[in-house]
Amino acid sequence: MSGFLTRVNRRCITIAAPAGSHYLTRVRLSTVASFAIERFQVLDEKGDIVAPLPQFATVPDELAAMYRAMVLTRTFDAKAVAMQRTGKLGTFASALGQEAVGVGLAAAMRPEDVLVPSYREQAAQFMRGMTMAHCLLYWGGDERGSDFQAEPARHDFPNCVPIGTQVPHAVGVAYAMKLRKQKSAVVNVFGDGGTSKGDFYEGANFAGVWKLPLVMVVNNNQWAISLPRSRQTAAETIAQKALAVGFEGRQVDGNDVIAVRQVVEEALEKARGGGGPTLVEAVCYRLCDHTTADDATRYRDAESVNAAWKVEPVARLRDYLAKHGHWNKDKEEALQHECAGEVAKAVAAYEATPPGPPEHMFDHLYAKVPKALEEQRALAIRLGKKNSHG
Amino acid sequence: MPFAWAKKIPMAEKNLIEAVNMALAHELERDESVVVLGEDVGANGGVFRATAGLQQRFGPDRVIDTPLAETAIAGVAVGMAAAGLKPVAEIQFTGFIYPTFDHMVNHASRLRHRTRGRLTCPMVLRSPCGAGIHAPEHHSESPESLFAHVPGLRMVVASNPLRAYGLLLAAIRDPDPVVFFEPTRLYRLFRQDVDDNGEALTLDTCFVEREGRDVTLVSWGAMMRETLEAAEKLAGQGVSAEVIDVATLKPLDLQTILDSVAKTGRCVIVHEAPRANGFGAEIAANIAEHSLTSLLAPVVRVTGYDTIVPLARLEHQYLPSVGRIVEAARNAVEWS
Repeated sequence: MSGFLTRVNRRCITIAAPAGSHYLTRVRLSTVASFAIERFQVLDEKGDIVAPLPQFATVPDELAAMYRAMVLTRTFDAKAVAMQRTGKLGTFASALGQEAVGVGLAAAMRPEDVLVPSYREQAAQFMRGMTMAHCLLYWGGDERGSDFQAEPARHDFPNCVPIGTQVPHAVGVAYAMKLRKQKSAVVNVFGDGGTSKGDFYEGANFAGVWKLPLVMVVNNNQWAISLPRSRQTAAETIAQKALAVGFEGRQVDGNDVIAVRQVVEEALEKARGGGGPTLVEAVCYRLCDHTTADDATRYRDAESVNAAWKVEPVARLRDYLAKHGHWNKDKEEALQHECAGEVAKAVAAYEATPPGPPEHMFDHLYAKVPKALEEQRALAIRLGKKNSHG
Repeated sequence: MPFAWAKKIPMAEKNLIEAVNMALAHELERDESVVVLGEDVGANGGVFRATAGLQQRFGPDRVIDTPLAETAIAGVAVGMAAAGLKPVAEIQFTGFIYPTFDHMVNHASRLRHRTRGRLTCPMVLRSPCGAGIHAPEHHSESPESLFAHVPGLRMVVASNPLRAYGLLLAAIRDPDPVVFFEPTRLYRLFRQDVDDNGEALTLDTCFVEREGRDVTLVSWGAMMRETLEAAEKLAGQGVSAEVIDVATLKPLDLQTILDSVAKTGRCVIVHEAPRANGFGAEIAANIAEHSLTSLLAPVVRVTGYDTIVPLARLEHQYLPSVGRIVEAARNAVEWS
């Protein structure tokens, strides 16, 4: 067909015929795909209910436990940042402002599910049984920090520092579950920046094709170090990226822990029942620096941070609980005291753990130390003894 | 040889690709945690037929056709392995293996170490390697030294059907990640009597292919053919060459090589990959460090050039020839 395109609308293309001809050709089009993404919220910014409460949220103790988990993480993060500032900890990634994402998704998980996190999911990891001392050991520069042995955390993946590379790992774990016909699912967490990586697109595509029991949670905290969400992708939402690979994408208010838990619970239920993967975009805000090695004032203004503080997740749930008579000043003070005490205990355990011996470099490299490494191992032990004496 | 084509081949005579297929089938049968995944490995049986018939026999859930994405093939294998499966992932050619590098270096090799053994990564990444089959661009490289540089990985290269069978069984059963290269040039070049007895060879062991007194020839993979032929020629010229198939480059069984050099005093290292920073350099450096007083001549490398592997018309110019190996060995013998 010769001619050139003159007009496109939703239903038809008009093509002008070659010069000198009076004919117009009309090609009928049909919509083969369409979508809409809606943001889900239960508690609004003022802590008022805007959607029916899910069953778990009608139990005050459940909400109090989630509130406690958020406060504990916030207390821990503040202490860890302070320790880094005084040289007692290495570089650390706080989850300030993102506590509802970690707590919400972990509260939705069952013990037999597996968490495959990034490096900012301590809120979820604590709920899964990773101790705070392990977290401190990890950021303090000790591999034993990823050797958490408590159930069910011991089946979870450790932190993943390279961005988004944990996505295909989560897909592999979900494949193993499906192959074994297990009634469990994988929760995979990564950031808004991670969704620009090929690992994300490739992994999500595999998960869609294989219809795996996988819930991909995007902690969309608006910032990938210094790059704002608006410059990370031209897509209106991150949730819609799931639609391109054939499964459901949902956006949820990531400052609303009830909404996060509900959406992840629904996604997990679907996954365990063979309904395939879901991507959950949890929209929140990174109130902290990227890590302790970063200074966010270099690239973002105070206004946006101040605005984000007005909608942050911890105060929101507290306001809701207080309005309904489940929380008061005394309870708050007791909780703060209790969390500070727990964190102090973890700090003491971390500080009482001496570095491992030099052979630790060799002993878990392979299942058995290969002959080729015996000489180097012996050297490290010999030099290590010398170093510790002088 | 007249009528050679008519020679009746016994059932157990296998070429290298059939030996790979037999090892995969054996492990899929023996251990239900073994899965095979990759591009076109299912209905098509692999572009080289390494996985022919496996999907029909073991089903599409265990012999898995993946979408076309090498990064995810390796990454998914890491996740499967950590979750208790034993994935054997195929990358169609080593030219397409580089997207897997991130997962092999940052995750597969480190998972055991960084969790103090809590999670492990018993996976195999198989890939056809090397030049000599007039393949298109990006189908002829030998990047074994890239993987052999990575702590926590095993790097294995097969040199014949028997070894391919025994080493692949060992790689699949190994509790750690193994990169396993199969030289395309050897896939259908010759046959050996390979019994499907399920007996694995030892990883981390060099194989003395031929004993000799005057010079040690060290090689692996496809170049073992030329190296053995050179040894035969040298024998005709009164030079007794010992030939070692390194087989597992990482971790390296140095002792077998040093013992041989202690006996012969001379060493020629042969590999298809470029010379600079090739694995031959590692062997030569170790001989210099440990066996200087045994040496009667400088250690010599016969390798591919430090160039891009050329396309089909020049690839025979690139590959080290039998003549180059013979000459290098003769020079070493004549040095002292």
